[in-house]
Amino acid sequence: MDDKVKKLIIKLTHRFPKKESAVLPALAMIQKRSGRIIEDDMEEIARIMNLPEARVFSAASFYSMLSLKRIGKYHIQVCNNIVCSLLGSESLWDHISERLGITEGEITDDGLFSISSVECLGSCGYGPAMQINMDHYENMTVEKTDYIIDSIRRGEWWL
Amino acid sequence: MVAIAERILLTKSNVRELHSISVYLEHGGYQALKKALSMPPADIISMVEQSELRGRGGAGFPAGRKWRFLPAGRQLKRYLICNADEGEPGTFKDRQIMEFDPHLLIEGMTIAGYATGSCQGFIYIRGEYDWIAKVLVRAIKEAEDIGFSGNNILDTGFSFCVDVFRGAGSYICGEETALIESIEGKAGRPRLKPPFPASCGLYGEPTVIHNVSTLAFVPFIIERGPEAFKSFGKPGSYGTKMFGLCGHVNKPGVYEHPLGVSLKKLIYEDAGGIKGGKRLKAVIPGGLSAPVLKANEIDISMDFDSLTAAGSLLGTGGIIVLDEGVSIPFVAQKTAKFFAHESCGKCTPCREGTNVIRFLMDRLMQGKGSLNDIEQVLRLCRYMKGATLCALGEAAALAIGTMVRKFRDEFEELVK
Repeated sequence: MDDKVKKLIIKLTHRFPKKESAVLPALAMIQKRSGRIIEDDMEEIARIMNLPEARVFSAASFYSMLSLKRIGKYHIQVCNNIVCSLLGSESLWDHISERLGITEGEITDDGLFSISSVECLGSCGYGPAMQINMDHYENMTVEKTDYIIDSIRRGEWWL
Repeated sequence: MVAIAERILLTKSNVRELHSISVYLEHGGYQALKKALSMPPADIISMVEQSELRGRGGAGFPAGRKWRFLPAGRQLKRYLICNADEGEPGTFKDRQIMEFDPHLLIEGMTIAGYATGSCQGFIYIRGEYDWIAKVLVRAIKEAEDIGFSGNNILDTGFSFCVDVFRGAGSYICGEETALIESIEGKAGRPRLKPPFPASCGLYGEPTVIHNVSTLAFVPFIIERGPEAFKSFGKPGSYGTKMFGLCGHVNKPGVYEHPLGVSLKKLIYEDAGGIKGGKRLKAVIPGGLSAPVLKANEIDISMDFDSLTAAGSLLGTGGIIVLDEGVSIPFVAQKTAKFFAHESCGKCTPCREGTNVIRFLMDRLMQGKGSLNDIEQVLRLCRYMKGATLCALGEAAALAIGTMVRKFRDEFEELVK
């Protein structure tokens, strides 16, 4: 872990009444910066916050928005819950999976995309919903998804 | 269109840029806070108690009573938490307030913080609502700059900071003790209760936790009085509620009504009826955890007691409408998968129960099941009831068990 990240984590610990509250914000920050959390990160967080490593690992492995495995630069998460399914998220998933040639847990050869089927994103009134990294998309269609994927490939989509 | 007079929370939904503090102030914002800070905290608690405001997160616990549970004496540090986890499938109401009227929530929290003697407030927002968290952070900053939040609020000597804490993708963190664990940097697993958060919550200190909508009612109650609040709704269920209609309806969205509004009216008038002119099959009236209602049961008053009497729950007010084309076993399979995925694994009945039900549902859907599998699902639902550490396992059992009981013929069709 580089010193810049360490400093940011130490800064986070000062934000809360107790520094252990910075575990999740720190993990989320690393997730955002490097796309995954590795053992070294968890050890460092545990050291900074004076916690057992197991506790940091137990948090890092619990939440679905934190990833211990490598994911694509653009991680597409499609809601598979009831309302989105009724509104067509399953065919959307099939389309994305076929289009990118990958399924759950896989990454495209260029390292650009990975996909994940997730539970309710809180957009039930505006489904199907999906999320790419931290960006939220609602009322999705195959056409809109294709447009985004094409734009990302051309380097014309910023998150 | 719902008459504005029928609303409390969404009265200003037509105002543009309401999220900025200058617009909020132009529309009478922070007047309730000024009034509250001139009153003794005990009077505020009494007002909220008299209003008979019940929690809008799902359980419907009286808000004023929660404040009374706090230990007497002001020597202890106390915390106020706003539960903005909004993870219940079918629910998307609180984001209306947080995204478009964030100062209403901050004002409500600050009043509640003053009444309960809290030193700090947290808004625990689900990680997926990244853009809404940013709206909240900006609004808190604006409120601090003008002196409605932070240190020495309006020169009264009362200090109360609000911080936004982002979740990281976990349904169970909507359960209050799991939420506390999560703020403490742990995996979100519910605690054994008692002790309840009011005596031993965040960092072991007394803590009050409310849903976004519950706190958003507080400014109205303070400004207009408990009687004004009670002019909405009906005994046992006073006030209004935001209902989120989704699924097979023409106009999905969030509609606010006094409690006691007819479910039929919500579906056919507000939400414009069933999509594509199809017939209604079933309704899940309060988020996925609420037991399903059949089409002939929708002539019901949407309040706490009526829905409980009908064997369902008012829950979060997230109404999932299912048309005639929907297979209930498919819905049950999805429900089982959801609860199995979100079960935290701490207590055995829920961890094993939800996973075995999921397995049985998958087998039934693959056409490899038997009548005994259906019975087994019902048995497991019975055993899980009352045996789990928190409401998740119980909700799963109740929701799935009701689907099987009410639409049993569709499940039996799968094993023929």
